[in-house]
Amino acid sequence: MKIIKDLFKYHLSFRFGAIILLLIFLLATLSFFSPYEATKRRVVPKNEAPSFDYIFGTTSLGQDVFWILTFAIRNTLIIAGLAVLIGRSIAVILGSFSGYVGGTTDRVLQSIVDSFIVIPRLPLLILISFVLKGELNFLHLALILGFLDIAWPSKRYRSQILSLREQEFTYTAVFSGMNTFKVILKEHFPFFIPYLLADAVSGFLWAIGIEITLAVLGLCDLTTPTIGTMIYWGNYYQALLMQRLWVLAAPVITSIFIVVAFYLISTSLSEYLDPRTRLKRLGTGG
Amino acid sequence: MNLLKSYFLPRLSQWLITILVGVTVTFILPRLLPTDPVERTLSTLSSLQTMDPRAVESLKEALEDLYGLGGSPFEQYINYWKRLIRGDLGPSMSAFPTPVIEIIGAGLPWTVGLLISTIFISWILGIILGTLAGYLPKNLWCQIMDKIFISIYPIPYYILALILVMSFCYHFQVFPLVGGASGKPEISWSYLSSILWHSFLPATSLIVGSTAFRFIMAKALTSTIIASDYVHYAETAGLSRWRIVLFYVIRNTLLPQATDLGLSIGAIFSGTVITEVVFSYPGIGYSLYMGLLQADFNLILGITVFSIVGIATAALLVDLSYPLLDPRVRYK
Repeated sequence: MKIIKDLFKYHLSFRFGAIILLLIFLLATLSFFSPYEATKRRVVPKNEAPSFDYIFGTTSLGQDVFWILTFAIRNTLIIAGLAVLIGRSIAVILGSFSGYVGGTTDRVLQSIVDSFIVIPRLPLLILISFVLKGELNFLHLALILGFLDIAWPSKRYRSQILSLREQEFTYTAVFSGMNTFKVILKEHFPFFIPYLLADAVSGFLWAIGIEITLAVLGLCDLTTPTIGTMIYWGNYYQALLMQRLWVLAAPVITSIFIVVAFYLISTSLSEYLDPRTRLKRLGTGG
Repeated sequence: MNLLKSYFLPRLSQWLITILVGVTVTFILPRLLPTDPVERTLSTLSSLQTMDPRAVESLKEALEDLYGLGGSPFEQYINYWKRLIRGDLGPSMSAFPTPVIEIIGAGLPWTVGLLISTIFISWILGIILGTLAGYLPKNLWCQIMDKIFISIYPIPYYILALILVMSFCYHFQVFPLVGGASGKPEISWSYLSSILWHSFLPATSLIVGSTAFRFIMAKALTSTIIASDYVHYAETAGLSRWRIVLFYVIRNTLLPQATDLGLSIGAIFSGTVITEVVFSYPGIGYSLYMGLLQADFNLILGITVFSIVGIATAALLVDLSYPLLDPRVRYK
């Protein structure tokens, strides 16, 4: 808690990011109070420009852009959050396992992981979602995104484990009779947390980007409002040609705010947690 | 000889493993998932026109043969490889009987052109700007640039491209929206300049995106290098700033940047696919999109396999050129 307060006080970009994020979460919570159902269409007049009645205008499907946006933010955040949760848990386990066991197992696992770093993920994702088309609800999507985003993080955790394994305190813990599992959990995990935070954010950003891309290509469940499907329907009804910019502007601007806010928070966090800058801050502050 | 053994062979074997893993994944995935590509193709075809049941049955057999769905899974796998090694990706379903490989061949020059120019420009631009920003952290222009790139970096490619389309194709109507060139293909100034004109916006969206990443990486690398002894020494010796930046700082950031380049080609390729869709640019990403719209499973599979092999090979080439940059690898 103190860290957050500290960051809020001294770090401009953290303050900026946190305020935007708070607003975003507020919008997402508002979806629970929406006067319309998420998937209902033709509840308001079509194609109205922004006005006092409909602050962000209405879509060609007869939905109020503002309320649809609240659902979209919520769903997109849930998809990306689940994807990160799934991907990172597997990556931590895989990385630590591979680093600890070493030898041939490690080598085999690493060549597979290396392959997935090189392989372009978008065509693969398109192939998967094409075959699954129609049945791709957002749990599936989160699962697939999670599984495809394992390679980089697991490699990073592995190298962390490799260096931690050789540390003095690891030997002390092992010689005093701690078992391997406990050593990882109690001695090594605290070192992971800063990496995990920064890494989780980058995974989150990737997942949001891919969600938007797949939805725009028409590969997700298009009836669930997400930021991507909002853009899809906007394009579908030729929002650009018909000069109905507000339909696209709302999801585009929101997505930019979301990713920039998350990124600012992650960079200020990792800067804060970096021992070198911490020393500098103590030096200038004291 | 030593270099060959200690450097080239491991990379070559990793290249083979990557292709093996990638191709195997494309083989397994469609079979793991609950839907059947043959049934899907049939249902798409029969939704377009009414077909008599016997014709459907014979078409089904033909398709199963085509996708190699006969025999045990192991036999299927072997046949899959045999076909791939011959370069046979099967015919496209939407443009029957044009082979998929021909469609890829038609789109390839556009994609490769876009990819290479993007990678080249963004790599150089990102490193130079990033190094300057890291070397002169107090400079106002560098700080502004830093803020701009940091806000661009997390924005998804699609959103970036969409914003460019919105502003420059619809709002200001400066650039064309469709195609890769206008006029007949010939070696003339008007044709070549139309290629440049059409590719300007797609390339810009990609360059902006990947330069932002390169910039952030170069800045981080530079901030550790300027703290090192040899840079201090060079400064004390009174070398000019340009000399220090070019020969002391950039030279040392090139190595990690080159390693990273090989690894990021895949991501840039994914960006190219998105860009081609947004700008209707006639490369293989656009063919992939067309395959999607027309439910052409063979085309999608073919492009996926082809891009995996292509990207792995490009990454290998970057990796193999590494000894040119790093003398330590050469003299080992």
